[in-house]
Amino acid sequence: MLSFMPIIIATASVAVIGLLIGLLLIVVGNKFKVEVDERVAAVRECLPGNNCGGCGFAGCDALAEAIAAGKAPVNACPVGGAPVGEKVGRIMGVSAEEKERLIAFVRCSGDCETVIRKSNYVGIKDCASAVGSGLNPWGCDHGCLGLGTCASVCPFGAIKVDKGVAHVDRDKCMACGKCVAACPKHLIELVPESAQYAVQCASRDRGPAVKKVCSAGCIGCKLCTKQCEFEAITVENNIAHIDYSKCTGCGKCAEKCPAKIIRSKAERM
Amino acid sequence: MSNKTFRGGVHPEGYKEISKTQPVEVFLPKGDMVYPLNQHIGKPAKPVVKKGDKVLAGQLIAEADGFVSANIVSSCSGTVKAIEERYVASGAKAMSIVIENDGEFTLAPGIGEERDPEGLSNEEILDAIQMAGIVGMGGAGFPARVKLAPKDPDSIEYIIANGSECEPYITCDDQLMQKEAHAIVGAIKLLMQLFPNAVGVVAIEDNKPDAIATMQGVCNNEKGISVLPVKAKYPEGGERSLIGVVTGRQLRFGQLPAELGCVVCNVSTLNAIYRAACKNEPLMERLFTVSGDAVANPRTMSVKIGTSCAELLEAAGGIKSGCEAVKVLSGGPMMGIAMPSLDVPVCKNNNAMTVMSKDEVALAEKKMTACIRCGRCGHVCPLGLVPQMMAEAAERGDYERYEKKLYGLDCIACGTCTYICPAKRPLMQLFKQTKAAIMAAKRR
Repeated sequence: MLSFMPIIIATASVAVIGLLIGLLLIVVGNKFKVEVDERVAAVRECLPGNNCGGCGFAGCDALAEAIAAGKAPVNACPVGGAPVGEKVGRIMGVSAEEKERLIAFVRCSGDCETVIRKSNYVGIKDCASAVGSGLNPWGCDHGCLGLGTCASVCPFGAIKVDKGVAHVDRDKCMACGKCVAACPKHLIELVPESAQYAVQCASRDRGPAVKKVCSAGCIGCKLCTKQCEFEAITVENNIAHIDYSKCTGCGKCAEKCPAKIIRSKAERM
Repeated sequence: MSNKTFRGGVHPEGYKEISKTQPVEVFLPKGDMVYPLNQHIGKPAKPVVKKGDKVLAGQLIAEADGFVSANIVSSCSGTVKAIEERYVASGAKAMSIVIENDGEFTLAPGIGEERDPEGLSNEEILDAIQMAGIVGMGGAGFPARVKLAPKDPDSIEYIIANGSECEPYITCDDQLMQKEAHAIVGAIKLLMQLFPNAVGVVAIEDNKPDAIATMQGVCNNEKGISVLPVKAKYPEGGERSLIGVVTGRQLRFGQLPAELGCVVCNVSTLNAIYRAACKNEPLMERLFTVSGDAVANPRTMSVKIGTSCAELLEAAGGIKSGCEAVKVLSGGPMMGIAMPSLDVPVCKNNNAMTVMSKDEVALAEKKMTACIRCGRCGHVCPLGLVPQMMAEAAERGDYERYEKKLYGLDCIACGTCTYICPAKRPLMQLFKQTKAAIMAAKRR
């Protein structure tokens, strides 16, 4: 005769063991509970999710954690800007400080028409490669090479190279700063959105040398510094630079600039 | 039996005959002379003259700064015009001493004094090399004084005089061996005094029968020096390849020739060593080939170091009429680098200038396709590297794998893989760039 006893015993013992383990897990789970800050998830929800790293953290998740832990300001995301800062601030219960949007700016306007070409560049189409090879197709040693390394690293498609010089789309730029790090000529800087005027040249050569190779280059004549009533513009190493916090946007410097390289917002497009 | 050779390599067309037929003439420059301070590997030299100083030919103008560095000597007489940044052949700017040449070439006192090679002590030989500012003249520019002072001089068994000259178009070493065979052998004898257990071997590619015959004629009477004809194949003249061919020993990655008991010197370097030690003549001139299919009168000249390349091209008849020069290379077509301007000086380690009527690299670029994994690059690599995998790692930015697993830092940038690649991929350019990026990251 068939005996069902062994089957019943086996089933019952497995069920009892399962029950015991289940209870144990509940007890242990309660005892070693990790406090999760639900604000992290909420903050993460607000962030754009590009994972561009422009904030200095390893992606949006890392930034959300840093904000919740108070290690980063609520408006640390350069891409989201003020609206995201405000939302995150609401979650964190602090008001976001007013932070101005920045825009990448290429300090060179030397294109095919203004700069002379010394030689042809043949080889890997990458600015860093060109700099490494020592070859510079342009007459100016300081200007944009136009091979588009900045455009290739931009996660937002905001940079394009036209006629041998990089241009930034002011609407698309989110100021993540990737192009700033990628440019081997260190030509790109982040400029406040409201900055009316900026010097679109980075040549540290002296006037005559600049004039020889480029018709759109700063010659370091210092006419602009004499015009400025607010001491916002200085010439160092033969190149003018505007202090955007002092500049009022009167435009006198741009008017006087003989090389016309101090350009207004509209001209910088 | 055919002559000895190494594994891999390619056979580019030589084009040597076009510059070989002309006799070697001394070219005296008229324009300003430019002496970059970093004509060698190591620290740039320190100038010892200042603007306005009068200098004579053979006078020291910059001294070695540290152990791995080299002196620089004026090759003309005149006035120091400036010490400023000037363009060099690589397209970069380098601190240089510019001397306004008075055209007299007045020698400094004591230059050209004959000395008996037999009576020189080891220190005197090395001091003469140091004073003369001799560097590896085959291309690398490694200071000769450092190369010739290995830890254990007794362990050196081979002194290899590199006269293979595998690069197309260039004939300066060929002509030098025909002209200065006695000096080259004299220098090998001096080195044999430094390295008592060594034998001398002059390795010459078998496409230079005249040079082989001349060198053999001189070496016949010398004990312990022989001439070894090697198969004409590119890059036979690479240090690693040549050591393998001559001694049968294979240099491992990261090993220096001295560890295998070898010292390899270009024949031009040997000539300079002989003249420095026995004639008290510092490194002021060298043989230099101006060639290429766009040059009217291709030739090899004896030129003063610091001469402008523009003057030399003019001396070679300029650009052929009806021909358009598209590309100027410092060096030959395989390893040479494109020059952005003719207004650059000849340095100690520049052996040629090649002017081409078409830009092969630009033409190849148009035909470039994806890698088809045929493996030919690995077949021809003289070092046994696998360029296809190196390129893949480099493009991906996997520098760790490039360096540690694929030994990419040992690439000598000979361009053999790029020459053979049927997909026309710019492999060597990529390796050069990757190497530079890795080295830059290491320095940081």
